Amino acid sequence: MIRVQAEDFDVGAELAALGRGNNKIGAITSFMGLVRDLSDGADVAAMTLEHYPGMTEQALQDIEAEARKRWQLEDVLIVHRYGRLEPGDRIVLVAVASSHRGMAFEACHFLIDWLKTKAPFWKLEATPQGERWVEAKSDDDQAAARWAKK
Amino acid sequence: MKLNLVYFAWLKQSIGKGSESVDAPVQTVEQLIAWLRGQSGGHGEAFGKDAVLRAAVNKQIVSDDHVLQDGDEVAFFPPFTGG
Repeated sequence: MIRVQAEDFDVGAELAALGRGNNKIGAITSFMGLVRDLSDGADVAAMTLEHYPGMTEQALQDIEAEARKRWQLEDVLIVHRYGRLEPGDRIVLVAVASSHRGMAFEACHFLIDWLKTKAPFWKLEATPQGERWVEAKSDDDQAAARWAKK
Repeated sequence: MKLNLVYFAWLKQSIGKGSESVDAPVQTVEQLIAWLRGQSGGHGEAFGKDAVLRAAVNKQIVSDDHVLQDGDEVAFFPPFTGG
């Protein structure tokens, strides 16, 4: 399941709800991304996340579908926020439920790596020097490329 | 060809609006970018030769040689920075 929302989320409640009642699940892994107060050497007072409604949901659904093709997963959750966030705020939660931890760890890592390069979000940072759009990092492309089918 | 254009991130700021409808004498995304470059100073900045852009047609990422259809929604934006 994927969700795109402005509101915060309750990590404990989200993880507890994942695959609830499905006793084939032996492992749940998760990744959570937060707003940092330092980015490329500048203090960050706030960050505004813009996205492309409609395309975002489609892209996240495609990313979930790709993970389910590659691993046998019992449940998948992607929650991504948009709007104005401050340091310490939660941005994204990716969680995976599977029968064994190996698949759950791998799929979770894959999901966040792909999300970073394939979901239409853009970050605008407010710094003491003014606002600036975060630039895409080649590290992120390399992280995503790691999962390319050989 | 009638097209609905959508802009995000710094492109939206340079152009000064998030969307517009145009009637452009073009067939491909690449031709549309070249045509848009001449529409205003802001467009010129957003679609400058050094700009790193991505395009989506009807919410699917496409390459520059993608052939457009009348009524398409064409979005332009920088590489993604979510997560």
